[in-house]
This record gives sequence, C-alpha cells and structure tokens, in this order.
Amino acid sequence: MTVSVLRLDEWAHPVAPVRREVLSATPELDEGRPPVLFVPGFGHGAWAYAEHWLEHTASRGFPAYAVSPRGHGASEASRKADLRAYAHDVVQVAASLPRKAVIAGHGAGALVVTHALARYPARAAVLLSPVLGGVSAALRNPGLVLPALFGGGLRLPANQLFSRELPAAAARAYAKRLGRASTRAQWQLLRGATPERAVGDPPVLVVGSPDDKIVSPAALKDAARAYGGAPLLFPGMGHDLMLDARWREPIDAILDWLEKSH
Amino acid sequence: MSVDQDFGGELTGTTLWRDGWPVYDRGETVCVIGAGPSGLTAIKNLKEAGFGVDCYERETGVGGAWNWRHDRSPVYASTHLISSKPLTQFPDFPMPDEWPDYPHHALVLSYLERYADHFELRPHIWFGTEVVKVEPADNGRWDVTTRSTSKYGGAERIHRYAGVIVANGHNWSPKMPEYEGLDDYRGTVLHANAYKDSAQLRGRRVLVVGGGNTGCDIAVEAAQQAARCWHSTRRGYWYAPKYVLGRPTDQVNDQLLALRAPMRVRQWFAHRTLKLAVGDVTRFGLPKPDHKVYQSHPVVNSQLLYYVGHGGITPVPEIARFHRNSVELRDGRQIEPDLVVLATGYLPRFDFLEPELLGIDQRGKPTLYLHTFPRRHPTLAVAGLVQPDAGVFPLAHWQSVVFARYLRARQSAPQRAAEFGRRVEKEAAGTWHEGRTTDSTRHWFEVSHGLYLRELQRALDTLEGSR
Repeated sequence: MTVSVLRLDEWAHPVAPVRREVLSATPELDEGRPPVLFVPGFGHGAWAYAEHWLEHTASRGFPAYAVSPRGHGASEASRKADLRAYAHDVVQVAASLPRKAVIAGHGAGALVVTHALARYPARAAVLLSPVLGGVSAALRNPGLVLPALFGGGLRLPANQLFSRELPAAAARAYAKRLGRASTRAQWQLLRGATPERAVGDPPVLVVGSPDDKIVSPAALKDAARAYGGAPLLFPGMGHDLMLDARWREPIDAILDWLEKSH
Repeated sequence: MSVDQDFGGELTGTTLWRDGWPVYDRGETVCVIGAGPSGLTAIKNLKEAGFGVDCYERETGVGGAWNWRHDRSPVYASTHLISSKPLTQFPDFPMPDEWPDYPHHALVLSYLERYADHFELRPHIWFGTEVVKVEPADNGRWDVTTRSTSKYGGAERIHRYAGVIVANGHNWSPKMPEYEGLDDYRGTVLHANAYKDSAQLRGRRVLVVGGGNTGCDIAVEAAQQAARCWHSTRRGYWYAPKYVLGRPTDQVNDQLLALRAPMRVRQWFAHRTLKLAVGDVTRFGLPKPDHKVYQSHPVVNSQLLYYVGHGGITPVPEIARFHRNSVELRDGRQIEPDLVVLATGYLPRFDFLEPELLGIDQRGKPTLYLHTFPRRHPTLAVAGLVQPDAGVFPLAHWQSVVFARYLRARQSAPQRAAEFGRRVEKEAAGTWHEGRTTDSTRHWFEVSHGLYLRELQRALDTLEGSR
C-alpha cells in the first residue's frame, strides 16, 4: 500500500498522549553512531531489553533506547489502544532522539514497527522473530490465540518463549513479568493489518530462530522476502531472542549489520 | 552517508564559463533556496531520494519566517499557530505529545531546529549566502549565482545544478496600501512586519488596519495594552474560534472531511456551529461576512469579539484618507490615532528569477501547477507558496517529495515523467480551492488542504506508477 498523503482520520482523531516508559543506555563517548530504538512485543515491556541488550548495544558505541508502548511495562495503562497508538508511541520516541534512529521490534512489536515505518523515515529497521499477524499465523498457534478470541490476553508460556538452555527459574521469572496488549490491538493482529509502505526506503533486516515455536521458518522467510532479503537465523534459540541464554549472538550480528550498512 | 562536500567543484577540472565568469559544475546536485520550513523539508526529501543538495540561506540560522532573530521574520512576541499540531507538523516528524494544541512560535522554531539536526541537514546549508540570480543552462540545468551577505561582502560565484527548488518564502515583502495624505500624517505608521512586541502599543492610540489573522491578533493585543484601539476592516469575515465542542476547530472540520461530507453540508454545519459558538457578528458592529465559510482563508481568533464586547476594540470601516493629525474613515468619521499598524499582508517576490520562468503575469502572480511546478521547466519548482486552511509544513513536505520523484522519474521512468509533465502544462492555472475567492493578492495562493493533498497524492501515484 502506498503511503497516504491525506490522513483526515488521523488528524481529526489524534492519538491521546500518555506517559511513556523509555529506558536507555548510552555509550560513554559519542562516536556519532545512530541511536537504536527497541520495541518490545505484545505483553513484554522495555525491561526485556534492559536485561542484556541495551547495555551491550551501548558498549558497542550505539546509543540504545527501549520504549514500552502504552499499556505495557511501566507506561501508562491504555485499555483501548490500537496498533496506531502503539506506532504513535514508537514514532514519538524516535523523533525525540538527537539523530535519525534505527528501529528494532520484536514479535508483534515488529508489526508495530512496520506501521511506525510508514510515519517516520527510520535509518534502518530490524524485525526480530516478527509476528506480522494474519489468520494463517493465528492458525499455527491455536493454543496461544484461543484465549485472545474471548477477550483474554495471548497465552505466552515460558516453554514457548525460551530455549531449554535458559535456566527454568529465570524463564519462569521472565514469564511472570509478562502483561498483555489491548484486546483491540490483539484483534488487529489476528485479522492482519497491512501497513502502508515504509517512508524513506530504509534497509530492513529480519532476525529469528528456526526453532522458534511461535514464528515458523517459512514466516521468517516471507517477512524477509517482503523487504528484499533473507532472514538471519540463530538455530537453537527461542522466540525471545533478547532474553534467551545465548542473547549475545543475535544482537552482535545486528550491530555488525548496522556497522556495515552505515 | 557520504555528503559531497567539495563545495565549488574546483576538483572536477571541467570549468565552464558564463558571461566571462567561471561556472562550477555541481553535477547531479540539486539547489535549494532558503532554509525555512519549506527549504528544510526540501533538503531532507531530496537527500532521502539520493540527491546531493546545496542549500543557500541569507540568514545565519534555520527556520526562515519562524526565526524571530531574522530581520525579515514577521513573527511577533505572541505569535501562536492557528492550526493545531496534527495539521501543522511534518507528516513524518511529529511534534512532541507534551506540547499544547497550538504551540507558540518559539516552540515552532525549536521544532524546525530539531528537524534540521535530526536529519543532519545543516552540513548542506551555506548560511550567510544569498542567491542573486538563477538562470537556465542547457539540458534543463541551472546556473545559480550567489554572494555572501556578510558586511565585508564577497565575490559572486556561479554553480551549475541539476535542479532548483525555490523556498524563499512569501511573507516577508510587505504589501503597502496607498492612501491619500499618508505622507503628511504626523503619527507613526508601521507595517505589521515591524510589529514585534506589545510594548510598542503600550499607552498609544492605535489604529490596526486589516482583518486577517495578524490584524486580529494585533487588535487583541492593542485592546490589552493600548490606550485606545480601532480596528479597520474592508469586508466582513468569519471568525472561527480555536476550539469548538472542546476540540481544536480544524480537527472537527477534518472529521467532516473524513466522512466525505460534501461542501454544502460542511458549510451548513459550520454556519450552525459558528452561529452557536460565535453568533451574529453584526451585533458587535462588525460588517456582515460577504462570503460563505470555507470560501476564504479562515480567520482563527477566539478573542477578537470578546474584546469588542468589552469595549477594548472599536471596529471601524476602511480608511478614506489621512490628514495631518487624524484619519478620515469611509463613513465620514474622523479618528485620531497616534500609531497606525498596517496588517495588510505580503507580496511574493522572486527577484533572482526572470518572471517568465514561473509564468508570472502582469499582476505578479505565478502560474504553477499545484502552486509548485512551472510550465516548460521540469527541473524547477517553488515550495511553500501556498496558503492552506491547515498548516503549510505538510503541504511543503509533499511538494518536495513529488519534485524529487519527478527528477528521478525523468531518468528512470521517462513515460511517467512525461505524463506528469503533461498535467503540469494543462493544469498550471488551477486553483485547488473549494470556494470562489476574490482576485485580491491575499487569496492568490489559498488552497483547501483536502483538495490540494488529494491532487498531490494523484501526482505521486502517477510518478510511482501505482494507480
């Protein structure tokens, strides 16, 4: 879908402002590298990146930020939020950064990022284990989706999110911290909400694991192909790349890619 | 990112000549004239489309009219936006959520400065450099003569560009009305351009001329600060409040547009709403509007009628003539102001371009498709020469996006470029405005943002081949 010039609905009904949680880690020395903004998946919050990735990204010279979309993490609650509101939160934070940002989104947060890309010309984008929605993706995960059909949250048990390498106690602790996205946004995810085309033609990298129990290898390949590339795969890892035992490998690969393409 | 910084192109070795002067070839680089909002978004969008960009700015900072430090800036201390944030911001760089619906001009400047920094536009801008002449060279290219504006001056230099986008603004050259007896008048006469701060009005007996947004703003300030205030308008206007139904008025209006309500329905609704919210302006002694809502650039002011009702502002008709110590009005009344502020608007000026390049007629009005694209010169465009019923920034953004696509399509998709070119030829005299307006210079560049953006979308789809 081409980008829309006339956005009467968006202008007539601007997204209501909310208090947002933004966590950050900045390098000691500003080397002029672009900032990286991480967006968590449904139910997760900025904390998921604060565990390992933010510090690691900063240690490699990239200012790192993570935002909790409304209703997630420590951001203000918002029961009626839709995808547009989540994308708004991402764009607001991206535009507040000193330089043009790289945006990375995980799980359904990747769908949020694709919507944000139509409203902000990111320097580059990374889709991590992307859940881009649609009926076929839902059919693959009936157990996860079923409660959502009746107004509940998506069911995200620890064994679906992490590999066995992560100690069970840690996995349980993470799973306990999960919240849920709004019912409206979940429905949009299930129905599939095709974003408008990204503005500014940013390079897009898709990262995932062939052993992800939520996103199939075929879905990863499709997502990457839509942006003219192949997915970067990390076998043996679970869905939550940033929390799993071998979290260092994917983030290093992403930062290598950023260094090479900029 | 590799910004080509060898300004001057001395290293290219192939020096060209024009009238005995060397011409430095800047290859595929595009020239942007002015670093105000329209110029900044042009730099960003050309850069995003892969073009090299050189921008010339006569001042030493970005922001153009919105930078109060600039001697040509028309802003005064109390200037606020009259369109709300969503309809004013660039479509891909929102204003912060924490800002109010109608930000102050200092916030708007900080927004433009952040835009320039965020997208790293400053390395492309040659500050303190003004454009003296823009002349066509062969193959659709342009020779741009520039000179330093520093007091020490400097030699003129000529660079050759693949394209030029003119963003020199149209709110800086005052339009001065002529009145009989003005030369002998003993009081002070100012154009609104020179009005900066309400301290200028304190204790004075002020006559404000002009019923536009600036005139109404100054009249309100005079009501608060001056000893006396008369407000002279030529015709009746609709005074839209900044809020209706508790929401910014332009957002309520766009809700009706979004429902695709036809013009007449929207007019009916607007008349009803204004009747309830504002009421009959003739009761306040103001002239009855001689046109329907939406037919003319809206005056957005919630305070004018309030101050008229409190006796702070006396509405008066047009000026007939000036006397030595007084002003005679059309109805024969004599008033004795000691300060006259002429909020009579501005005229566009393109001193560096031959008038026929923009199809400028005897009255001074350019003939441009979408007020942007001239006939016969596909590599030339004007940005921001519009007066919409919304903010200018989003319109200027899409103008430069379309210009960048057009330049690209001329190389990569000549058929689509030709189709666009035919539309420019055919529709250069269009208006993109819903109402019939008078032919006053004030209304030359008025556009309805709905109609205008729809046409820009059509242009974009043509160039991208995605209809």
